[in-house]
Amino acid sequence: MNPSTAGSLAEPDYLNHETTVRSWLLTRDHKRIGVMFLVLVLFALLLGGVFAMLLRIELLTPGPTIMGPMTYNRVFTLHGVTMVWLFMIPAIPSAFGNFVLPLMLGAKEVAFPRLNLASVYIYAAGAALTLFGMVWSGADTGWTFYTPYSTTSPTAVTPILLGVFIIGFSTIITGLNFITTTHTLRAPGMHWSRIPLFVWAIYGTSVIQVVATPVLAMVLVLVALERVAGVGIFDPSRGGDPVLFQHMFWFYSHPAVYIMVLPAMGVITEVVCAFSRKNIFGYRMIAASTFGIAFVGFFSWGHHMFVSGQSTFGSGIFGVLSMLVAIFTAIKIFNWVATMYGGAIDLKVPLLYVLGFIFLLTFGGMTGVAVATTSLDVHWHDTYFIVAHFHYIMVGSVLMAFLAALHYWWPKMFGRLFPERWAFVAACTIIFGFIVTFLPQFLLGNMGMPRRYYQYPSEMQWLNVLSTAGASLLAFGFGLIGIYLLWSLRYGKESPANPWGSRGYEWFSASPPGPHNFREPPRFEREVHDYTVSEAPHVY
Amino acid sequence: MSTETTPWREYFGSRENQSQAAQLGMWIFLGSEVLLFANLFVGYAVYRYYYPEVFVEASHHLAAGWATVQTLLLVTSSLCVVLAVHFIRSGRAFWMGVALLVAMGLGLGFLVIKGWEYWKHWEEGALPGEYYRLAELPERGGSLFFTLYFLLTGLHAVHMLVGLSVLGWLVWGALVGRYTAEYHVPVEVGGLYWHLVDVFWLFIYPLLYLVE
Repeated sequence: MNPSTAGSLAEPDYLNHETTVRSWLLTRDHKRIGVMFLVLVLFALLLGGVFAMLLRIELLTPGPTIMGPMTYNRVFTLHGVTMVWLFMIPAIPSAFGNFVLPLMLGAKEVAFPRLNLASVYIYAAGAALTLFGMVWSGADTGWTFYTPYSTTSPTAVTPILLGVFIIGFSTIITGLNFITTTHTLRAPGMHWSRIPLFVWAIYGTSVIQVVATPVLAMVLVLVALERVAGVGIFDPSRGGDPVLFQHMFWFYSHPAVYIMVLPAMGVITEVVCAFSRKNIFGYRMIAASTFGIAFVGFFSWGHHMFVSGQSTFGSGIFGVLSMLVAIFTAIKIFNWVATMYGGAIDLKVPLLYVLGFIFLLTFGGMTGVAVATTSLDVHWHDTYFIVAHFHYIMVGSVLMAFLAALHYWWPKMFGRLFPERWAFVAACTIIFGFIVTFLPQFLLGNMGMPRRYYQYPSEMQWLNVLSTAGASLLAFGFGLIGIYLLWSLRYGKESPANPWGSRGYEWFSASPPGPHNFREPPRFEREVHDYTVSEAPHVY
Repeated sequence: MSTETTPWREYFGSRENQSQAAQLGMWIFLGSEVLLFANLFVGYAVYRYYYPEVFVEASHHLAAGWATVQTLLLVTSSLCVVLAVHFIRSGRAFWMGVALLVAMGLGLGFLVIKGWEYWKHWEEGALPGEYYRLAELPERGGSLFFTLYFLLTGLHAVHMLVGLSVLGWLVWGALVGRYTAEYHVPVEVGGLYWHLVDVFWLFIYPLLYLVE
């Protein structure tokens, strides 16, 4: 431990300089706000996970197992709504973005700290309204709220729509804040070609958030109005057009996939560098491909509508545009692999999740190219093949990167180390469990099992049992992580300032950082992950 | 160091930087607002394509003359906001307050006319969805036109109310002497918001009232 590190341990950090409840609830410190978001999204993950487990238990047998069909409809809707809107979209940007983005830029704060605090409460209010709808009578529309069913369903769709609408505001505010912060609060020496790639990823994500979310917000309001006042925008019996809903919904919700995946890719880039002891291979290409994905993502919504009566020509165009995403994604994957190639690999837990991520993203991405092909999609549309595909891409990448980030930045956030061996066991369980859960679903889909169905023919049972077994492993892995992380908060070994020996800029601050991040303005005089210098990172 | 007494935040490094951050933030927000309205414009385009004659007929039920007056009021109020920014740049906080009060008055005038129009529609039954009672136009198309009309003008009116509160807050700031020639970021940013509300109307007005 170098002297500067020892000195920083005695000083108050952002966790203990003020400890009243009020100081947390009214904080404008981006680090505390990041931690608050982390707690909230972990709660959402737990809730969505419980719903997922209920679904998998129900599907153990071909007929009724533990619930009736209507309850099943509500449970899968609530699983989707919770996981997509409450967990995957805010998880990495709002929790880790808030915590590390200003540190990586050498900033003391985000550009608009008050707005940042507001975004937590707006998220919490939206989540509360959504949960209220769930408790009241739930919804049976699926997380996509397809009209005209969602406008006529007798369940509590309206509060859930409004809850998601409110969460959208939180997303917009967070994105706006990050873009402005990146533009105006970079430390001296931090020119655009030196910005850490996690920041680039969050920046690209923020652009999508700001552009796409208002469209979703409006379309949700329109559905709510249709329910309340019967306005007939989407209801064909009143002259409206249900396909218009799909266009507007997917104009947001397809890019939303990249709101989830791009921050995940940013995390992966940081972790790959730190545990390969090399700067990233192809910095510019990784940054550029982020924007390639963000851009192309806006022109591929029609691939959700191949069977909606859209013209064959239109479907062809949307199919080709969707496939372009694979090119940009492949650029990233090749660059990560090239970074690891010849690196001094240190197979710690975060890197293990990276390997899981790369496998799931590649597999999910390749099936993505397959489902972007119209002739194949007509066969697979709305089957378990699609369920498996989007779980591999969205859930696989978000979960893997979220867990990688959680373990990589845990010592930075709380100043404690987690038990490495337990974490290793949990990571292996989760990666293996994930594959066992969703691989059988590709086969189920190919055999023709439609998504969202309560019953299935008995010859499909063994694959469903396998899937449920995998889900149980996942649940076990998460339980393990929950236990040892909570344990480490109190009993874990105190972490040195930079336990991984990373050269990332965020490690220039103390762990946990002081209330103002840095005691003196940091000077980033080298490239972000420059392992050719032998210096121990400064603790400013 | 407490930053409560001074409007300048030390972490921005320089005052220009803070000013730029505020403007950039507002421009991004305005961009997202444009996309919020874009949905309704797309909806209008789609249903106009489906029901062209009904939409033209329905637009004759709107008071185009009064809408022209509203347009004049709003554009003039935007001019006043520009003047307010001009005054505060040269440190004349009093005149800034006056200009903003005039802008607010014009904005309120706009909303009064809008309210009167709504009342007329209510009497006539030219209303969205289930409440549609207009006999001379088919419900298919007619009800959609008025749905979009109320959504577009209603969303615009909500933005006007927000804008009026922003202007009111700026006037109050001028009264307590918060703004000077040196520090007037909120006036510029609030002004931008008001101009956006104005620009939305400049799209809504021809689309709903003038297009044949």
